[in-house]
Amino acid sequence: MTTPADIRQKALNPKRWGWWYVTELRLREMRGYVSYVVTSSIGNPIIYLLALGVGLANLVPQGIEGVPYLVYVAPAMLMSTILSVGAEEGMYPVLSGFKWHKVFFAIHATPVTPGQIVGGFLVHLAIRFTFTAGLFFAAIVAFGAVPLSTGWLVIPISILGAYSILTPLAAYSASIDDDGGQFALIQRLVVMPMFLFSGTFFPISQIPDWLEWVAWVSPLWHASELGRIATYGLSEPIWLTVTHVVVLVTYAAVGGYFMRRAFVNRLTR
Amino acid sequence: MSAVVAPKSRFGGLSGGNAKAVIERGLRATMSNNYLIILSGFFEPVFYLFSMGVGLGAIIGNINVNGAEIPYGAYIAPALLAVSAMNGAIYDSTWNVFFKLNFGKLYQTMLLTSLGPLDVAVGEITLALLRGGVYAVGFLIVMQAMGLVLSPLAILAIPAVLLIAAGFASIGMAFTSYMKTFQQMDWLPMVMLPMFLFSATFYPITVYPEGIQFMIQSFPLWHGVELIRMFTTGVVTPMIWVHLAYYAVMLCVGVVVVSRRLRKLFLD
Amino acid sequence: MLVSNQVIRAENLTKVYGDFIAVNNISFEVPRGESFGLLGPNGAGKSTTMKMIAAVSTRSSGNLEVLGMDPNTEGPAIRSQLGVVPQEDNLDQELRVRENLIAYGRFFGMPRAEASKRADELLEFAQLTDRVKSKVEPLSGGMKRRLTIARSLMNDPQMLLLDEPTTGLDPQARHILWDRLFRLKERGTTLVLTTHYMDEAEQLSDRIIVVDKGEIMAEGSPAQLIRQYSSKEVLEVRYGSDNNAKVAKKIADVGERMEILPDRILIYSDNGERDLAEITKRGHHPTTSLVRRSSLEDVFLRLTGRTLVE
Repeated sequence: MTTPADIRQKALNPKRWGWWYVTELRLREMRGYVSYVVTSSIGNPIIYLLALGVGLANLVPQGIEGVPYLVYVAPAMLMSTILSVGAEEGMYPVLSGFKWHKVFFAIHATPVTPGQIVGGFLVHLAIRFTFTAGLFFAAIVAFGAVPLSTGWLVIPISILGAYSILTPLAAYSASIDDDGGQFALIQRLVVMPMFLFSGTFFPISQIPDWLEWVAWVSPLWHASELGRIATYGLSEPIWLTVTHVVVLVTYAAVGGYFMRRAFVNRLTR
Repeated sequence: MSAVVAPKSRFGGLSGGNAKAVIERGLRATMSNNYLIILSGFFEPVFYLFSMGVGLGAIIGNINVNGAEIPYGAYIAPALLAVSAMNGAIYDSTWNVFFKLNFGKLYQTMLLTSLGPLDVAVGEITLALLRGGVYAVGFLIVMQAMGLVLSPLAILAIPAVLLIAAGFASIGMAFTSYMKTFQQMDWLPMVMLPMFLFSATFYPITVYPEGIQFMIQSFPLWHGVELIRMFTTGVVTPMIWVHLAYYAVMLCVGVVVVSRRLRKLFLD
Repeated sequence: MLVSNQVIRAENLTKVYGDFIAVNNISFEVPRGESFGLLGPNGAGKSTTMKMIAAVSTRSSGNLEVLGMDPNTEGPAIRSQLGVVPQEDNLDQELRVRENLIAYGRFFGMPRAEASKRADELLEFAQLTDRVKSKVEPLSGGMKRRLTIARSLMNDPQMLLLDEPTTGLDPQARHILWDRLFRLKERGTTLVLTTHYMDEAEQLSDRIIVVDKGEIMAEGSPAQLIRQYSSKEVLEVRYGSDNNAKVAKKIADVGERMEILPDRILIYSDNGERDLAEITKRGHHPTTSLVRRSSLEDVFLRLTGRTLVE
């Protein structure tokens, strides 16, 4: 006879490792995309750096804020790339897991809990971000755009940045029934302007004052500034640096809380 | 008595001569729910123009185009117009077609009627051009308001946008006819992105060595950017004929391939 | 004016995808006004055959004539006279219920006023008048199905093609649908349908062909097929899965034919009760027994085998 105690004993593994099973599954699911992820992770930084770091730099021979234009834009381009992957992963893949290929429901039919699903999903993405950011960082170094040895910090900063945009979006995606075009709207009216007015290609002081708030609420600006501090030692008041970190952590934490809540609601309703 | 008249089957059964019903359905669907999304598409190039033209423009100042000094904003605006024509046309002829073909099953439904595949293709492309034309007019108005239209010739940018969009759409649809999975479609941005970044969009290609210049000039977007830039800046050179010829050839090739692949695409 | 009374004439019809033969050299004819059923397991080639008839799939070889025309070259003309209900509802999600019908009518080149008039009539026919302005997504399965059928009738077709019309519907929805289809049949519309449900095939078709692995296995009216491939009645007896085979040997002479399944023995016969009495008399008391009329399902399983085909 199997007693409840036996069953509980057997369920210990999923209780401890459920999140990892989810990560494993998602990594496996990526197999079909591996060649794309690898190629784009290598190709994108090279293309961006050549076009905007090197090409566009010809029009800005004086550099910006005392450093060559390439050095100025490189860390911000890394952030912009990783954060946009984060934004992407927070939309369709989340809704799809509930609506089209329903994988979250499939997982929830096993001992794995909704919280573990969220955890596994995030860990899987951390792996993906690390990979892509690592290659981007290698490219920047190869282009000679990282004067400081603290440069590698852009990798953890980009993951934090990506989480800060991903988790609020994922919370939203998990709570809608269908995509009636909201994603396209978010992409075009929220994500896109945030990326264009976040001091990637020029300091936000160039933006008209009435638009500067966009940069202040944009995770990308905060991540880019932190990246600049790490790669070439951008000098700014300490309170501002602290603000960058606090803003990103707040986004990620509050977003993560609501994301988890949305997953639990969706899976148990 | 039947309710409908049997149409003459044209082009070996590929057309029922009723593409306008496809266009009508598209407009109906737009009115019915996604006009906001269509509207939002207009903002994409405008945001780019504000960001790069104003923000970066203040740092860069003027730029030399065929001997004429023009503000940076006026330099990139026509390029953004060409890029948005390309993006719209490619999106509509690839993702949109691929999705409706393989998932939405919309085309299958249309083909259960007396429509032929040619009607569907022509109707969908026309819709895409219609949308592209509306965006172009809107963008030109924004340019005018920002003082970036330097010549009355700019009005010719509208037909130019339609030509560029038609060229890309026909090639895009031909491409889609060979695609089987979403993963394959993922490679598309890998071609589009470098084209967007290198085709004299944000800076003249003269910064590159000649070999690379030549390579960029072999891609379609560069011709589109230059063509529209000629019209909005008023600096027209004989190269215009090369640009126009490039798109004429591209359009013809696309149409020939698509018409050959229509049966494969829709009737297999 | 039509030369022949046959609305479909297929001769050595074949469809090949790569190296997979979906339809292998089949020939059949369907006369005007007939209700014609295509039966077969999954992957037998039913849907492919339907698509070729609907002029949306080009045949690989053989001849096919629909309404006296060649679907390869006169697709639009043929389709103008067909109504098609595909296996999966492919309603236009971007349009409302009534708009779905009107846009569809417009695809046939119907004038706008006529299309809306026809749409209203069909919404009534499909019992959807209270859902006119609704979106498609929230409709129930049965409603979507009825809307799809209404849509297929927009052009007042001479022939209606139905690919598994009631798969996935609850019994109520199925019966409403059968009723609607029967009315069309009474009006003289030619019906061609594929189905997995034998009761549906018996209800709706005058004549049936059974296909398997792309080939025709049998042809005839439901009654003829039962007579030819089965018996009048079937006796089912169970002795527990370990004993069935053993007992079967001892009663092998009972009935016309016997089939031994893991869970029960089937005895095909013209009098089931008599045979059951005979078995009991010999001392083999089954745990459970059942005498029933033979059905198309028996024919189907005999012709296409019991192994699972995917």
